[in-house]
Amino acid sequence: MSKTNSGPVAKPLPHDAAKLHVTGTARYVDDIPVPAGCLHLAFGVSTIAKGQITSMNLDAVRASDGVVMVMAAQDLPFTNDVSPSIHDEPLLSDGSVHYVGQPLFLVVANSHRAARVAARKGKIEYAEETPILTVDQALQADSRFEDGPRIYQKGDAAAVIDAAARTVEGEMELGGQEHFYLEGQAALTLPQEGGDMLVTSSTQHPTEIQHKVAEAIGLPMHAVRVEIRRMGGGFGGKESQGNALAVSCAVAARATGKPCKMRYDRDDDMVITGKRHDFRISYRAGFGDDGVLQGVEFTHLVRCGWAQDLSLPVADRAMLHSDNAYSIPAIRIESHRLKTNTQSATAYRGFGGPQGMVGIERVMDHIAHDLGLDPVKVRQANYYDAPPSGGSAPQGISDKKKDNTTPYGMEVSDFELHGMTERLLESSDYEARRAEIAEWNKGQDHLKRGIGFSPVKFGISFTLTHLNQAGALVHVYQDGSIHLNHGGTEMGQGLFQKVAQVAASRFGVGMDLVKITATDTAKVPNTSATAASSGSDLNGMAVKAACDTIRDRMAEFLAQRHQCDVGSVRFESGQIYVGEDVLTFEEAASQCYQGRISLSATGFYKTPKVEWDRIKGQGRPFFYFAYGASVTEVVVDQLTGENRILRSDILHDAGASLNPDLDIGQVEGGYVQGAGWLTTEELVWDGKGRLSTHAPSTYKIPACSDRPDEFNVELWSGENREDSIYRSKAVGEPPFMLGISTYLALSHAVSQFGDAYPALDAPATAEQLWSAIRRVRDGV
Amino acid sequence: MDITFHLNGEEVTLSGVSPTATLLDWLREDRLMTGTKEGCNEGDCGACSVMVTDDRGSKALNACLLFMPQLNGKSIRTVEGVSSPDGTLHPVQQAMITHHGSQCGFCTPGFVMSMVTAHKNGATDHDVQLAGNLCRCTGYAPIIRAAEAVEDQPVPTWITEEPQLREPVPTAQNHSPYAPRSSDELAAIYEKTPQAVLVAGATDVALWVTKGLRDLEDVIFLDGCTDLKQVEITDDEVWFGAMVDMNTMRDAIAPLHPSYGEMIRRYASQQVRAAATVGGNIANGSPIGDNPPALIALGATLHLRQGGNRRSLPLEDFFVDYGKQDRQPGEFVEAVSFARQEDTLRCYKLSKRFDQDISAVLGAFNVTTKDGVVTEARIAFGGMAATPKRASHVEAALVGQPWTRETISAAQAEFDKDFTPMTDMRASDLYRLESARNLLARYYAELNGETVSVLEVVL
Repeated sequence: MSKTNSGPVAKPLPHDAAKLHVTGTARYVDDIPVPAGCLHLAFGVSTIAKGQITSMNLDAVRASDGVVMVMAAQDLPFTNDVSPSIHDEPLLSDGSVHYVGQPLFLVVANSHRAARVAARKGKIEYAEETPILTVDQALQADSRFEDGPRIYQKGDAAAVIDAAARTVEGEMELGGQEHFYLEGQAALTLPQEGGDMLVTSSTQHPTEIQHKVAEAIGLPMHAVRVEIRRMGGGFGGKESQGNALAVSCAVAARATGKPCKMRYDRDDDMVITGKRHDFRISYRAGFGDDGVLQGVEFTHLVRCGWAQDLSLPVADRAMLHSDNAYSIPAIRIESHRLKTNTQSATAYRGFGGPQGMVGIERVMDHIAHDLGLDPVKVRQANYYDAPPSGGSAPQGISDKKKDNTTPYGMEVSDFELHGMTERLLESSDYEARRAEIAEWNKGQDHLKRGIGFSPVKFGISFTLTHLNQAGALVHVYQDGSIHLNHGGTEMGQGLFQKVAQVAASRFGVGMDLVKITATDTAKVPNTSATAASSGSDLNGMAVKAACDTIRDRMAEFLAQRHQCDVGSVRFESGQIYVGEDVLTFEEAASQCYQGRISLSATGFYKTPKVEWDRIKGQGRPFFYFAYGASVTEVVVDQLTGENRILRSDILHDAGASLNPDLDIGQVEGGYVQGAGWLTTEELVWDGKGRLSTHAPSTYKIPACSDRPDEFNVELWSGENREDSIYRSKAVGEPPFMLGISTYLALSHAVSQFGDAYPALDAPATAEQLWSAIRRVRDGV
Repeated sequence: MDITFHLNGEEVTLSGVSPTATLLDWLREDRLMTGTKEGCNEGDCGACSVMVTDDRGSKALNACLLFMPQLNGKSIRTVEGVSSPDGTLHPVQQAMITHHGSQCGFCTPGFVMSMVTAHKNGATDHDVQLAGNLCRCTGYAPIIRAAEAVEDQPVPTWITEEPQLREPVPTAQNHSPYAPRSSDELAAIYEKTPQAVLVAGATDVALWVTKGLRDLEDVIFLDGCTDLKQVEITDDEVWFGAMVDMNTMRDAIAPLHPSYGEMIRRYASQQVRAAATVGGNIANGSPIGDNPPALIALGATLHLRQGGNRRSLPLEDFFVDYGKQDRQPGEFVEAVSFARQEDTLRCYKLSKRFDQDISAVLGAFNVTTKDGVVTEARIAFGGMAATPKRASHVEAALVGQPWTRETISAAQAEFDKDFTPMTDMRASDLYRLESARNLLARYYAELNGETVSVLEVVL
């Protein structure tokens, strides 16, 4: 085996497209120059939440300026389905209406505006039915996916809680979240000869787009090629929600023979597409006077919307994170996946994990409040034990060894949070600040400050085990330049750069030799979505395998030609050391070409060790865990509930980071997005199921000044205990949940106004906080 | 309509421009310049920000809310025109790379344009300059680091030296779209075509086009009426012409009434304030437009003009009912004015997000006391009724009473008589009513020197 040094891996290089971004030359789907005659699409959508279409008069739509064609369900040539799971999601209504915003018909016109104008001219009559909008209505009607609730349990939680010295119970509403990727959904299709279709789609899941387009135009997958260079943000919202646009474009391109493009206007995007699942979580917990949790019961009421989409694995992952960082001897989690006449809730960064984690963090907060203990101490007392060797010592109140298996039977063997917590409490000066805050609060009538700490333990791997695979395709050209391709998609997270760093390092060359290319189903087939934080882990490994195959072929050939031992060939700093000779990578590539050595290879990777039975709730769904911890300080006004984040300190575990600066970017951005979810980002539906917050004028993601005044982010200097790519750890989703410390800090601040437990719902908007303060202060 | 403007230093002349074509669509669809992005098409995300320069200076504006005729005679710079002609990056661009200010990159061109404009103008209040640019990836911290890193770097010559503007092409006055050059011309045109839509900054009207998908027939662009852009502050009076933009108003009002200035800082965003006008904000009659309550609390007078006739009325009388104002066909807002006074005005804006959010409640309080007794009280609210409205019962409960907590408590009870607010996606009726009551307590506390706002807390 030949050798390389570490090369560009672990270097803090900027995003590969940074220069293109800042000069406006980075191309997104809607920026691609299209051939003349390109047509533009828009959906006509339902205005009621539930019912049957009794008549659909589209004459005015057809007569509208610039309209080329109008299609309804009966005009679709093959399958009418864009579901990523169980074929329950027609592209265009089959006569039934399931939510406000459901696509009913498709307009094909000669401009984006002409299509939008025409789409509003449909005259639809409905036999309206009473919609099921809320979790209560769904429960009452037994409207659900799966036969009944899914239940995961360990021990006899009810008995343990009943016997416990102390108990708390409560219930909280936990809102959903709009992805608000800055680039709306978009797709473009170019019809090819023989009916084949070239699709460009703003998607995290090109293979799924390929699959759904092939079904819709009645051709095998080999006839459809899907390409995507980059998205303007994804966050899970482009895992399945792009299907409808790509399929529409393909169907329209097939029918017209012309290129077709579709992009949602922002309001359409927010009304049509799915969001994070909102939850109602109720809990009952039993614990000792020391704050050590003995048993807990959770009920999750999950509002899934009208179609199944990815709701089952999302709800599963919420259950799988109901322990977060804590060893819980007895636990029972009951999860109801409720079907409602609202947008079909979908993947969103964390994929249910954040909701599950908020549940147990709420319990920890409630226990600490009940006992009057510092919530950090309660959390530390309940942590899983650190691994026996190599890790930091357990810091728990109790010294006896804990049961270190999760509620689903997986051994926690890489627990980092003892050391991380100690370090963060010290760097954030937690104890002194908590005391100072208490002092400050005494002197204030209207304003109170609060401080919150939350840990994150997030499981890395797709819980659907077969998705944990990836492929790569690498070419070395005779001039030494390297063409890199893999199945991952770039949505801003820096995946392409991190993987390119891996490739450059395997060949011991500089980044300038590596060309990052668009994700393309014709180059790497059968890919999984870039999701579950798995992008670098899976694709990095696949690329490494491909590069190593080529490198070893090169080494073998060069060793033979230069009469030396193959084991002594070194690829380093753009040079190849072969016995006494030194070649540049370019020279070596040229010699290999002339020696008729194949300089192209695929790579493949499948995650080891994972196995999971989602019905039993047992197994090892995750290869490893990623960890993080955060301390947030806030201030709240009792008169209005207005509040701000004053300071945040974060320590996050990215293993041996492939690129520390890009990883810190994920941490900062994830935290702010998580804090937004729990504070200002409120989705509001009216009594008829219409989403009232369907534009940035009414749906408020964090703005510039909402970031913490003081924002200290550091990476934990550890390495993955499992054999991941260069011992790094996934970093896409885990930092999102660091935002939970904001919720806890707000709870702490509210608790300063009275004795009752704040029992905050989320998002903790100003109004929520004002209302909670009235409860704790006045008992109102 | 025929227009001439500079685009990234090159002169562009267009004829037969539709009055409601937006700059964003023109750039992307006609010019195939796709660096400028569409994120929301309603002026809330800033992805389409461009720099617009005229003889009043440079400002960042949202291209989605700019109708092409508004560009006549101006210089536009887009992200494609920010690097030097030889390709050298603008310091802002380089800093955004160095500090990892982009992730997905889609908001980046808009951020770059806002930052380039702020840098050119020497503005270092970055949170304010960038309140109108949303980023979903970075959490903003690296963008601010980039903005701070270039504060002391000189403005590149290719940015300072916009080419000399030719005199804009004179516009025919006998057919729409009209572009009057003075309020006299406007008065004459509008009297003859009272059905026309007046476009001041277009921050509202543009949404009729981008979201309502309307085509507007007769349009009058007011930007050329420079005599309506006057701010006059004398010893006795403060006078704002209807076409004064909100950033200019903020600068003028902040020294006189700092709380009002702070409220305008949070009114929309830098880009929207640069376009939005005092007159437009009043004339569109929004029940939550933030200026009217503050102006009503200052006792402002509205000045209207129809042809040669002028009339004035107390601003609160202008708002008759939801969507209905006391404005006759062909009559337009010419100015608003109020008397110079001691500053006892406090404006409280409640919204889900501090910056760039429409108010759930906007309370403006202006109470005068003499020898500890309330002599005058002007309290007005937005978001609490179908129109901006005075809290007359609350005011009555204050006037003549000692300025004490007891008086405040008694007056707080009167809010029910003044307001029956509604519940919507911004807030519930209960929150609106109770927080309005609480804002009176905040006003009393603030005048007593207490810390009342979370925005004042600095670690």
